[in-house]
Amino acid sequence: MIEWVNTVLQGILTGGLYALFAAGLAIIFGVMRLVNITHGDLIVLSAFVAMVAIDVMGFNPFISLVAVLPIMFVFGYILQRSILNFTLGDDLLPPLLVTFGLSIVIQNLLLQIFSADSQRIKAGSLEILSIQLYENLSVGVFPLIVFIVAVFIIIGLQYLFSNTRIGRAFRATSDDAVTAQLMGINDRHIFSLSMALALLIVGIAGLFVGISTNFDPSAGPSRLLFAFEAVIMGGLGSLWGTLAGGIILGVSQNIGAKLDPGWQILAGHIAFLVILVFRPNGLFPRMRDD
Amino acid sequence: MKKSKKVKFNVNEIKKVTRRRFISTAGLVASTAVTAPAILRSGLAYASGRPVKLGYISPKTGPLAPFAEADDFVIAGIRSAFKDGIKIGSQIHPIEIFVKDTQSNPNRCAEVASELILKNKVDILMGAGTPDTTNPLSDQAEINEVPCITSDAPWQPYFFGRGGNPAKGFDWTYHFFWGLEDVIAVFLNLWNSLDTNKVVGALWPNDADGNAWGDKKLGFPPVLASKGFKLIDTGRYQQLNNDFSAQISAFKKANVEIVSGVMIPPDFTTFWTQAAQQGFKPKAVTVGKALLFPAAIEALGDRGTGLSSEVWWTPSHPFRSSLTGDSAGQLSAAYEKNTGKQWTQPIGFRHALFEVAANVLGRTKDVNSPKSIVQAIADTKLDTIVGRVHWGGKPVKNVSKTPLVGGQWVRGSKHKYDLQVVNNKTATNIPVKGVMKPI
Repeated sequence: MIEWVNTVLQGILTGGLYALFAAGLAIIFGVMRLVNITHGDLIVLSAFVAMVAIDVMGFNPFISLVAVLPIMFVFGYILQRSILNFTLGDDLLPPLLVTFGLSIVIQNLLLQIFSADSQRIKAGSLEILSIQLYENLSVGVFPLIVFIVAVFIIIGLQYLFSNTRIGRAFRATSDDAVTAQLMGINDRHIFSLSMALALLIVGIAGLFVGISTNFDPSAGPSRLLFAFEAVIMGGLGSLWGTLAGGIILGVSQNIGAKLDPGWQILAGHIAFLVILVFRPNGLFPRMRDD
Repeated sequence: MKKSKKVKFNVNEIKKVTRRRFISTAGLVASTAVTAPAILRSGLAYASGRPVKLGYISPKTGPLAPFAEADDFVIAGIRSAFKDGIKIGSQIHPIEIFVKDTQSNPNRCAEVASELILKNKVDILMGAGTPDTTNPLSDQAEINEVPCITSDAPWQPYFFGRGGNPAKGFDWTYHFFWGLEDVIAVFLNLWNSLDTNKVVGALWPNDADGNAWGDKKLGFPPVLASKGFKLIDTGRYQQLNNDFSAQISAFKKANVEIVSGVMIPPDFTTFWTQAAQQGFKPKAVTVGKALLFPAAIEALGDRGTGLSSEVWWTPSHPFRSSLTGDSAGQLSAAYEKNTGKQWTQPIGFRHALFEVAANVLGRTKDVNSPKSIVQAIADTKLDTIVGRVHWGGKPVKNVSKTPLVGGQWVRGSKHKYDLQVVNNKTATNIPVKGVMKPI
C-alpha cells in the first residue's frame, strides 16, 4: 500500500516539473496561437545561461535567477518582436517552420559554445535533502520546491490574466487582434510581452531542469514532448489544466513504471491518448478552435 | 494537429538536404586543401600514385557527441602523420581523409556511409562510437563490398546486432573492441573485491545495449546466478524519463547493495539523485556508459566519487602508437595540452583506427583491388596504442578483442576527478592504481 502511495506522490511531484515546462508553452499558444517547437531548446538555453551566471558571478543557484530572468525576458521580447511577429497570421505553417529552424540554430550554437559535454547546475545538499513522511515514504525537498513553485507560478499567471490591465490586454489581443488594435492596443507589443513572460517561466524551468538532471545542447526536444502533452491534456488555454495535465502525466508514468519500467513513458502517452479520445478539447478547455 | 504533423515531415526533408549538401561541400573543400601539398612533395623520390581515400564516420553532434569529442584532435594528428603519403608497393600514395558526422542518428549514418562509398569512392571506410554508428556503416560497406574497419562498440551488439553468423562471419567488415563477457568479468571482479550481501539491482534500458546486457542467455543474469549473486531486475526502462522511484523502492525492499546497469548520463543522474532523496544507499554502483566521461562525473559533483565503471583505455595503458611512437600517456598529454580538456577513453581507439588503416595500406599488394585491401586487413597483426589488433578468428572472424579492466572514480589531483584502475584481473599487464572502496 505504502509503495503505491509513494508511486503516486513521486508522480505528482514530477508532474510539477512538467507543468512548469508546459506553462510557458500554454501562454505562447494561448495568446498568439503559435506552436513553439523550440520551447524545449529554450529551456536548455536558459539552463546554460543559469550555469554561466553561476560560474561567472559565483551566485547561489536560486539567486542566479536575478540574472537569468531579465536576460530571458529581454531575449523573449526581442525574439518575438524581431522574428516571430512576422510569422503570425492565418497560416499555422510559418511559425512552425521558423521555430523549428530556431530549435536547430539554438542547439548548434550551444554545441559550438559549450561542446557536447553534459552539464549540471549544482545546488549542494539541497539536491539530496529529503523529508521522511512515514516509514519508507520520503519526498525530496527539491522536487517539492519545484512543485510548490509551479503551483505559485500558475496562481500568479491566473491572477495576471484575469485581474490586471495587462492581462485583459493579453486576452483581448488573443481573442481578436484587429479589434484590440482599434481599442488602442499595440498587438505586436502585447505579443512580444507575452513571449517575454513565457520565457520568464522558461528561465525558472531551465534552472530546475539543470538542478534535477544533466543537460546538454541536444536535450531540448525530449522536454518539448512532455510539455505538449501536459498542455493538450489540460485543455488549451487553461493554466490550471496545464498543472492537471502535468500531474496526470507524471502519475500515469509512475504507475506504468511500477508495473513494468518498460511501460513508464508509454503509460504517459496512453493517458494522453485516452484523454484525447474522451475529451478531445482536454480536461478544462478555455477556448474552442473553430 | 493533423496539419502540423504533415508539415513537420516536410521540414525534416528540407533540413536533411541542405545539411547534407553543406557538409559534403565543406568536406571536399577541406580535404583537397589538406592533401594538395602532399601530392607536390611526394613526387620527388617515388613515382606518386593516385590519392588513397579514407572515409571516417563518427557521431560528432547529438547525444553521442562525447564519444567523438577527441576526433578533431586525433584526425589533425593523423593528417600530419600522413602528410608525406604512404608507400604502397612501389609508389607513394597521398592520403585523403573524408570525415562525416552521423548526428547520432543511425539512419543518417547509413546515408553518409553510402555517400562516402558511392560519391567519394573511399578505399577504406572507418567509423567508431557505439553500435548506432558502427552497425549502419558496416552494413553499407558489406553491401557495397568496401573494406571497413570499426571500433568502440562492444562486439556482440556489433556482430549479432547485424545478424552475423559466427560460422560464416562477414567478408568486408572488421571490428576491434571488447565484449559483453569482458564487462561481466570486470564487474564481477569489482564486486567480489568488496564485502557485500551479493544482491544486485539492475538498471537496463530498453535499447540495444540494455537488452544485450540483460539477456537471459547471453547477458548478466546467467553469470550472476552461477557466481552466487541474487539479481533484482525490474525490467527494461525507457530512456530519458524523469523518475526512477519504482526501481528505487524495489531495490530498497530487496536490500540491494550493488547497483549495475548500462545507462546514458542524464538517466543515471536522475536515478542517483532520487536514490539519495529516497534514502537508498548501495555499497557499489558499477554502471556502463554513464560513467565513462569526466564531464558526467563532474556533473554529479562529489556524489560521483566511488562510482565504478569499465575501463577500456587510460594514459597508463602500457602501449605505444605504431604510427608516431607516442605512448598512451604522451598521446593523452598532447590532447590535454591541445584542447585544455581532461583525457577521455575514446582518444586511444580513434588513434588506433588510423594506425590499423596505415598498417593495412602498407601491406596491401594492389591498392586498386578492394579484395587485396580486405585481405591485408584480415592479415593484420599490429601492436597499437590500445593493444594488439589481430583478427585471429576469436571470438569470431571479424572481431579482435582489446583488454578491459575495472576502474573507480576518485578525487583527483590534476583534474577534479580521476578514473583509477582498481582491478586488472582480466588484463594483468595494465597497472592498477588503487583499491576498490565501498561508496
